[in-house]
Amino acid sequence: MTDPHPVTATRTPVQFDTDELVINMGPQHPSTHGVLRLILRLDGERVVDADVVIGYLHRGIEKLSESRDWTQIVLLTDRMDYVAAATNNLGYCETVEKLMGLEVPRRAQYIRTVLAELQRLASHLVWLGTHAMDIGAVTVFLYCLRERELVLDLFEEYCGARLTYNSRRVGGLPADLPVGWDRKVREFCDIVDQKIVDYEQLLTQNRIWLERTRDIGVISGADAIAMGFCGPPLRASGVMRDVRKDEPYAAYEEFAFDIPVGAAGDTYDRYLVRLEEFKQSTRIIRQALDGMPEGPVMGKVPRLIKPPAGETYHAIESPKGEIGFFIASDGKSLSPYRFRVRPPSFCNLQVLPKLVRGHLVADVVALIGTIDIVLGEVDR
Amino acid sequence: MIETLVVPLVKIAVLLVGILTAVAYLVLLERKVQAWVQVRLGPMRVGPHGLLQPVADVIKLIIKEDITPARADRWVYTLAPIIVLVPALVVFAVIPFGPETNVFGIRMPLHVADINVGLLYIVSIASLGIYGTILGGWASNSKYPLLASLRASAQLVSYEVAVTMTLVSMILMAGSLSMVEIVESQQARGLWFVFAQPLAFFIYFVGGLAETNRAPFDLPEAEQELTGGFHTEYSGIRFALFFLAEYANMIVIAAVATTLFFGGWLRPFPSVAALGLLDIVPGWIWFLLKTFVLLYVFLWVRATLPRYRYDQLMRLGWKVLIPLAIANVIVTAIAVVVL
Amino acid sequence: MTIAFYTLAAFILALGVLVVSTKNTVHAVLFLVANFLCVAMLYVLLQAEFLAVIQVLVYAGGIVVLYLFVVMLVNLKRGPETHVDPRRRDRMGLLIGGAVLAEFVAILLYGFAPRATGAAPAAAAPGVGNVEQVGWSLYVDYLVPFEVASILLLVAMIGAIVLAKKEP
Repeated sequence: MTDPHPVTATRTPVQFDTDELVINMGPQHPSTHGVLRLILRLDGERVVDADVVIGYLHRGIEKLSESRDWTQIVLLTDRMDYVAAATNNLGYCETVEKLMGLEVPRRAQYIRTVLAELQRLASHLVWLGTHAMDIGAVTVFLYCLRERELVLDLFEEYCGARLTYNSRRVGGLPADLPVGWDRKVREFCDIVDQKIVDYEQLLTQNRIWLERTRDIGVISGADAIAMGFCGPPLRASGVMRDVRKDEPYAAYEEFAFDIPVGAAGDTYDRYLVRLEEFKQSTRIIRQALDGMPEGPVMGKVPRLIKPPAGETYHAIESPKGEIGFFIASDGKSLSPYRFRVRPPSFCNLQVLPKLVRGHLVADVVALIGTIDIVLGEVDR
Repeated sequence: MIETLVVPLVKIAVLLVGILTAVAYLVLLERKVQAWVQVRLGPMRVGPHGLLQPVADVIKLIIKEDITPARADRWVYTLAPIIVLVPALVVFAVIPFGPETNVFGIRMPLHVADINVGLLYIVSIASLGIYGTILGGWASNSKYPLLASLRASAQLVSYEVAVTMTLVSMILMAGSLSMVEIVESQQARGLWFVFAQPLAFFIYFVGGLAETNRAPFDLPEAEQELTGGFHTEYSGIRFALFFLAEYANMIVIAAVATTLFFGGWLRPFPSVAALGLLDIVPGWIWFLLKTFVLLYVFLWVRATLPRYRYDQLMRLGWKVLIPLAIANVIVTAIAVVVL
Repeated sequence: MTIAFYTLAAFILALGVLVVSTKNTVHAVLFLVANFLCVAMLYVLLQAEFLAVIQVLVYAGGIVVLYLFVVMLVNLKRGPETHVDPRRRDRMGLLIGGAVLAEFVAILLYGFAPRATGAAPAAAAPGVGNVEQVGWSLYVDYLVPFEVASILLLVAMIGAIVLAKKEP
């Protein structure tokens, strides 16, 4: 009997038919730190590829600035990295001062430094808390926010605001320090130094923490530079680059502090580098308070701020990395001709797909945490 | 008639009500303990110090809209929470809460049933709850729950092995599978088994944390990764059932640990006659006290530790706990034969 | 007792039919679990609690979970190239079905046939529990077959690991 249905198709060896799972993470996801969206392609739980989608918090700050006058822009910069608003203020004001060739009084420089370092502490506290919470240590998060609250109190006492400070002016500061403020800052520094020990007890030698962060998201120094990594993540890869040392601004030249660098370039090193920065920040703050000069806090600034025609770029070290402002002025209008920010969160975020490739889903959240992004700054 | 029908039924009713209340207050306790560890206050609004919070929670969960996702497998989706909850409640039947006691003039043992394979009964019934976890994730027709349910099932299957192995060594010690006889054997030796078998207790406890999906092994419901786990799509009363089951399972683990390792209803140092004063406290209070302490440790661990990663969890289970448990069984067996 | 037995038996048969007739594989696995649970209850009726508990633990709680795993993980849509002559398949089915039927009939006949030796099932010795009996028969009476079986399983396990580990 002949087979009426001859088997024509070639037989392929039997194998499991497994598909890659494409999973959408965010923008509504508890650990994407805002409205980040990731499209993950998974093989089981392993990430094959990741696509970062941004823009959910885009408010057009750069374009908006071109139709605001120079003073108003300060409070727009607050809304970029809202976890470290005071640093953004500083970067913008220094850029405009550079453009206009303004002299800032020494006392104002000192206070600016103190505020910037307080802001760094606050931002790092938020980072440590959320990073630890992403890895499951919820208690650390609440401890960190408890200490951050103290920073917010200090800022509130200084400028009246707790999140978006508008705490600098072109040419100086809006106000001198309140009476007794420096004593409170010193107390706060003591508290932070103590609490860091607590956090370290909870995490640094914790077996689970070590297993979750060691060798996760390793990036070499050369790769980090090539991809535009900046700030603590770059230093964790062993690259000695800190704008505070390399191109000193404000009053950083006058203080002694160390720049911690890592070796392995993994998540654990990034954690250690930031923890060390806590200690260096309190060190800088104490020095600045000790040597606080007397004098005015506002330099000689024309009534109408109108920089001459020209363009300039100026970068400072924000808690997240190098934040730079490029400003072009046409010398005629009352607003910048072109305003552009180099946001550290954005530059660091572009490394994320490279970091997560080959890791597990659980590592993705750890890696989002370790590069410390703020979506307000990524999207602007 | 009264002995064979009414008494067990009353016992079951008391047990069910007791467990459901205990679960509700365990949730409150967890929130309070977490809050205290984290320098917060926890629930404070409903009732004094939030003591009525569980009631409010229950009412809220019952009257919430019960959503079934589009294209979900409706039957399995409804069945899953029930499959999770029922085994968690049924295992309580064999847990002896105390010795024979006079209750309203009737002398009775404080357990629903003492079957001669009690311990195995617990293990086998508890192993059924996993179906609800898997099916709940699968039936939701959603990716995150599916990932979570795969995690959950792999985790449960692996840790069950280690936990069962430790139970084997306890059976060797007691020479019986009956929960009551295990306690009585501890009484006869005047020794809580935890002192004879600290390693077994450790493995049991770690495995218990993993089996109940508690931190640091709460991967199947890691909200930071999977937005909530296998019950992401559930809401209202069906979500409440999952919730109930998780906490009921915690109580099971703690109660079984109390029975096996901490002498059940026995007072501390049951062999030291000088402490006979402690006998004034009834056995069931000792039992509940010990269970409570173990539950507290559950909560304490959760407030302290970060979370393991999936592969690390598997490695810990298969490469550390299971070999240790097997070695423990062998050593125990030799010791039992030699001594 | 008899009513309980026949109710359970009916359930078991019905569930068995459902297992093979359901289109949805996950549902089939669920029916299989229910089936195993009913069998376990049957064991309880026979006062073999140990067996019942082990049935639940091993089959319902362990093995079927793995079935479920496989069913959920593996895409069961059949590819177009696995075309087989339907008649050949029918013939195979008939053959296997016939063999199983013959086996059942043989068992039935053997069961109803009057026993020549009259070896009644060993009556439970008073004071010796279910667990002990199983233990005695496994580790004393049938020690060698038991060990052989376990070694077979071990070999199968190692074989599976070796096959799975083989690099493509």
